[in-house]
Parts: sequence; structure tokens; C-alpha cells
Amino acid sequence: MFKSIIKSAVVVASLALATSAIAKDKIRVGISPEAYPPFTSLNAKNQWEGFEIDLLAALCKQMDADCKIVSIAWDGLIPALNGKKIDMIFNSMSITDERKKVIDFSDKYYNSPAEIIGTKDAPNVTVVDNPDGKGGKIANPADLKGKTIGVQTATIHADYAAKYFKDATVKVYDTADNHNADLVAGRIDYALLDSVAADDFVKANAAKGIGAKLIVPADPIFGVGAGAGLRKNDTKLKDKINAAIKAVRASGEYDAIAKKYFTFNIYGD
Amino acid sequence: MDQASLFSLLSFGPDGWGMRFVEGLVVTVEVSVAAYCISLVLGLIGAGAKLSNSKVARGVADLYTTLVRALPELLLLLLIYFSGADAIKFILSLISEDFDDFEINPFAAAVAALGFIGGAYMTEVMRGAILSIPNGQIEAAKACGMSRFLILRRVILPQMLRYALPGMGNLWLSATKDSSLISVLGNTQDLLFMGYRASAVTKHYGFFYSVAAILFLAITIISMIVIKMLEARVNRGYR
Amino acid sequence: MDESLALFIEIVPTLLAAVPVTLILTFLSAIIGNTLALPVAVGSLSPHFYLRYPSLFYIFVMRGTPLLAQTYLIYYGLGEFFPGTWVQKSFLWPYLRDGFWYAIFAFSLNTAGYTGEILRGAIMAVPKGEIEAARAFGFSSALIFWRVTLPRAIQICLPTMTGETILLLKATSLASLITVWEVMGTARQIQKVTFRVYEPLIAAGILYILMVFVLTRLMMIVERRINRHRLAPA
Repeated sequence: MFKSIIKSAVVVASLALATSAIAKDKIRVGISPEAYPPFTSLNAKNQWEGFEIDLLAALCKQMDADCKIVSIAWDGLIPALNGKKIDMIFNSMSITDERKKVIDFSDKYYNSPAEIIGTKDAPNVTVVDNPDGKGGKIANPADLKGKTIGVQTATIHADYAAKYFKDATVKVYDTADNHNADLVAGRIDYALLDSVAADDFVKANAAKGIGAKLIVPADPIFGVGAGAGLRKNDTKLKDKINAAIKAVRASGEYDAIAKKYFTFNIYGD
Repeated sequence: MDQASLFSLLSFGPDGWGMRFVEGLVVTVEVSVAAYCISLVLGLIGAGAKLSNSKVARGVADLYTTLVRALPELLLLLLIYFSGADAIKFILSLISEDFDDFEINPFAAAVAALGFIGGAYMTEVMRGAILSIPNGQIEAAKACGMSRFLILRRVILPQMLRYALPGMGNLWLSATKDSSLISVLGNTQDLLFMGYRASAVTKHYGFFYSVAAILFLAITIISMIVIKMLEARVNRGYR
Repeated sequence: MDESLALFIEIVPTLLAAVPVTLILTFLSAIIGNTLALPVAVGSLSPHFYLRYPSLFYIFVMRGTPLLAQTYLIYYGLGEFFPGTWVQKSFLWPYLRDGFWYAIFAFSLNTAGYTGEILRGAIMAVPKGEIEAARAFGFSSALIFWRVTLPRAIQICLPTMTGETILLLKATSLASLITVWEVMGTARQIQKVTFRVYEPLIAAGILYILMVFVLTRLMMIVERRINRHRLAPA
């Protein structure tokens, strides 16, 4: 303990914060410690677990790389990537145009629809035609009129709610964990989140009256799925990770991992 | 859930959160100690600058303390945390382009930010303490032909401690509590962050945040005892 | 640089819109907290142990634990107890759903602890002679407290209270962590949406400096008014 105190004091005082990371096959992977089961979570043993953790391990083995998970808050992930604190984000980050302005993405490695869940007293949500007339469907805004719906900040779900649920109170949370807690506490009526995370949560909290209300139809806002976030000029890593995703898909390793967590095709079409 | 099973969640076994909280306690103390050391150094420099004859030094020191005292700690923490990396990157890029790839230890960055904040308050404490030393003593030391450094070491510092200790004690207590802000960064395994993690996973928010609060209280109690002992020691020649 | 400037201009109105939230949080918590501080301070000086020890313990806990931990505990801890209880059916529920009132609650309780300690010291610092003089005039104990001890104590601790109010203004930035989007939280939201680190924080910082400046001025006016009898006649 004392060693690390002295070390950090000396390190800071001398401004020698930088240690060059030249070793070649080391990849620092940013994942936020906010529990996001069954994709990523940090258990009481301080071990990472979940679908993405297993998949990451398989990909790194495929790339013959030494991957180290760095825990960074969700909203700090992109700044950390561009600030070179990490080399890759592997945290269910949806590939969106907005994010593509600042970072690059690998190919998708899973795609699951969004879902609305709600409290015992909240009615089911229906589907209507998208008013833009392009033939798409959306969750019926009329059903949510006057209700409070929770979303996580800076997610595709927050964008979706902001665009379509103008008559509802959209409450923005730091983390999905927090809106889930408030849903159980009854402070919000609904939450809009990823369907897989939603199912897990509904299962654990069914006794408290939490239930699924609607699988939200696909929408351009939701993008094409989750990919690994990469720095814009890092084509080397991008090529490697894309090749690795292809390889684990082809070898059946992907499906073996997915089977541990899901009963359906998590990769999408 | 009944009480027995709540406490079993806090066990030290493989599935309990007990050990995590001990680690969190250690990290919180480490961060506080390291940040406090930095704030001591910055406080001494700042107090020296504020009392110096140089207008520039006084101006810089005034700007430092005014800014830090007007800005929320959380804002400063985030600003320094993010800018620390970029500033160092910029400095290194002036030296050479080889430093394009480097790693910042998040622990060090958080410590630097907290130390910077504490330093501003420490500056005021130390300035006040130096001013409380009777001027006649410094003049007497000068008259004895002591060098400026010798005066600092033999006259100012030993006496200053006596005047500064109450303020320094309060700042230490603030440092331990302010360290909880780093939990917001999401990559420091400190005490409050453990409370956050444990409650998010187990959904026992009230219980685990209470555990974190009680451990903070324990730090405060032990600190207060140590401060009392230190105060008695530095004042031993005066009663 | 131009890009930064454009972003500044774009985000300032959004941040300004959050300024009232920060100010209301500050003033409401200050009013409630400082009012609660009075019984805490008086209790801590009471000759009755059953009043003194709880008051001192309260001060100790509020000052001995981080405000952020208190805020989390109040927001999430209380949230745990409400599901399925009468509370959700009561007229209070619309308020209890909103993080804002939890923030006010947490900041008020915390302020009551800090100000309680300051007021306690100030009451002890009131010159004994003034109280004895009042007693000699035949004032009752209650009257002495309300007309002599308390006004003098407030006068004594006012400069410290100014500092405390500024600390409270800064502390309201923690409300963003329980979904109350005041200035700091709004800046963080802008950060997340624009992926820009500095501009939102710096713009928010400038707003805080302005708010602290105005608040300091206001408190100086209050101080001058309370001390007006001590000033030389103009």
C-alpha cells in the first residue's frame, strides 16, 4: 500500500505519468463497470463475466493478442479511446452515425432489438405506423402520453425516446442500472433498453411486478448492432478484429458461447 | 430479505462483498493520502507565492485559489482528469513525436486532480499560519545572520505547524470525503464505488450504501483521534 | 478553435436554462437546512443528555461521511422501501418520484449538520456579559435566547455561513448523479452527446464562477445590513 502511495505521488509530482506502451500485441479494452448482464458485469470476486467477456476472450485468442480490460465509466469510454487510454471499446456499443463521426467501428458482433418494460400498473404498449410515412413501425407514442419513461443517457434508446415520445416525460439516467432501480421503486412507469438486458432484468424482478411491454420494431436510429469501438486511424486493429469476428463465427465458437447465455440468435440476421 | 442473509452478502467468502469493501477502504485511504501529499506541496508553494514580493507569483496564486474555490469539485475533477492526459501529451509532443502512444494511470490522474483541489485550500491555511508567526522572530533570525533557507527550516516551518495543524486536520478530513467523488469516474475501486457496485448487483441499495457510509465514518473517527494526538504533540511546549 | 467557439455558442443557452435548477436547489436547501440547524445547535448545547447526544451524533455523522454517499443512500435507499406501500398511493408520491426532492432533502440534512456545528460554536461565543445584562433586565430565558443569544450568534457566524452557502452551491453539482439535471449534469450530458470533453465543462465552469461571484456579493449586502448598527453613521 505504501509503495503505491509513494509511487503515485512521485509519478504525479514529476509529471512522468507517461509510460510508453510499445509492446505489440497488447490491447487495452475499455468496458464500463456498470453491471450490464448478461453482457458484462463485474462480480464480487472482482472478475469480469458475461457474453461479451467470453466473446472477447475468444477474439483475443484468435488475434493472438494480450487483452487487458480497463474499467472506465460508460460516458468516459469514447474520450478514453481517443485519448489513447484504451485501444478498443467492447461494451455493447451500438454502431451509430453520430458515434461514427468521432470513432470507428468493427463489424457488428451482435444485434438485439430494443424493448420497453414497465411496472405492474403500466399497460402494454402497442405499435403504430411511423408518421414519416416510409412504411416503418414505431412504439405508439399515444400509449406513453403523460407517462414517465427512463432511458440511459447517450444511447440509441435515449435518441429514440427523444425523437418519438414527445408527450411523455423522458427521464435520462447515467446508467441502465439506475433506471432499473427507479423502475422497481416506481419512480418511472417504463424503461426503454436493450431487449436482452431487459429480459434478464424482468426475470429477476418479475415478483416485483416488472414486466415486458413491447419489443420495439427496428428503426434507423437503432443502427445495425453492437460493434467494437476503435480509433479512427487504427485500421490495423480494425482489420484484425473483423477477421477474428469472421473466424469465430465460422468455427462455431461464437455459437457455442452464445448458447451459454441466449436461447435465440443473438447475432441477428 | 432478512438480516442474517443481508449480512451474509457482506461476508469475506468468495461470494461476499466483505473483501471488496476492505479493498475499497484501502483505495480510498491511498487516494486520500497521495492527494493530501500533493496538496501539501502545492499549499507550501502557493503560500510562498502569495507572500512573495513578485506580482506575477501573487497573481498566479490568487487566480489558483479563487478558481478552485469557485468551481465545484466534481467539475474540477473531471476537467483535470481529462485534461491531465492531453496536457502531458502536448508537453511530450513538444519534446518528441515518439510519445504518441502512452498510458495514463487513472489512479494517478484522479490523485493529481484531488491534490490540485486540496492545494488551493492548503495555500490559505499555510498562508495564515506563516502570517501568525511573529515578525520579530524572523527579524531576529535575520539579525543572527541566518540564511533565508535556514530561517525557513529552523524558524518558520516548526512554528507554522502549530498554527496550521487545525486547518490541516480539517483539510485531511475533507480529502477523505472528497476522494469519494472519484467513484464517478467509474474506474477507481474506491469505497463509495464498491457501495455502488454491490448495491447495483444485489439491489440492496440502503444496506450497502450504509456500509460504505459507516466505513467513511470509521476513517473520520480514526483521523480525529490521530489529529488530536498530533495537536497535543506540537503544542507540548506551550502549556 | 472556430469549432470550439461554435460549440460554446451552441451549448450556452442549454446550460443557462439549467441555472435556475442549480439556484433553486441551493436556496431551498439553504433555507431548510439552516432552519433545521437551529434545533440541532440548541439540542447539542442542551443540559439534557437525551437531546445533547443525538444532536452531537447527528452533526458528527453529517460531517463525517461524504455528501455523495448521503445522497445515494437517501435516493436509492429510500427508493427500496416504497414499492407496494401506501406511499405510492399518497398525494406525496408525485414528489417522491422526482430526484429533485431527494436532492433537496439530502442537501438540507447535510447543511443542517454543518451549520448546526457552526451555530453551536457561535452560541457559545456570545459574550456572557450580554446575557447577564439581559437577565438583569428581567428577560425570561426564552426571551434572552430569541432577542439576545440567537441574533448575536447569527451575527458572529455570518461570515462562515457565507462560505458555507458557496460550498452548498458547488455541492448541488452532485444532484446530477441522481437524475437532477442542473448545470453540472447538463454539461455532462452535453459531453456525452457531443463527445467533446472540454467545452461543456469550461462553459459550466464560467457559469459557476459567475454564480459564486453574485452570491458572494449578495451575502456581503446581507452581512452589511445585519451589522449596520456597527457602521459609522454616514
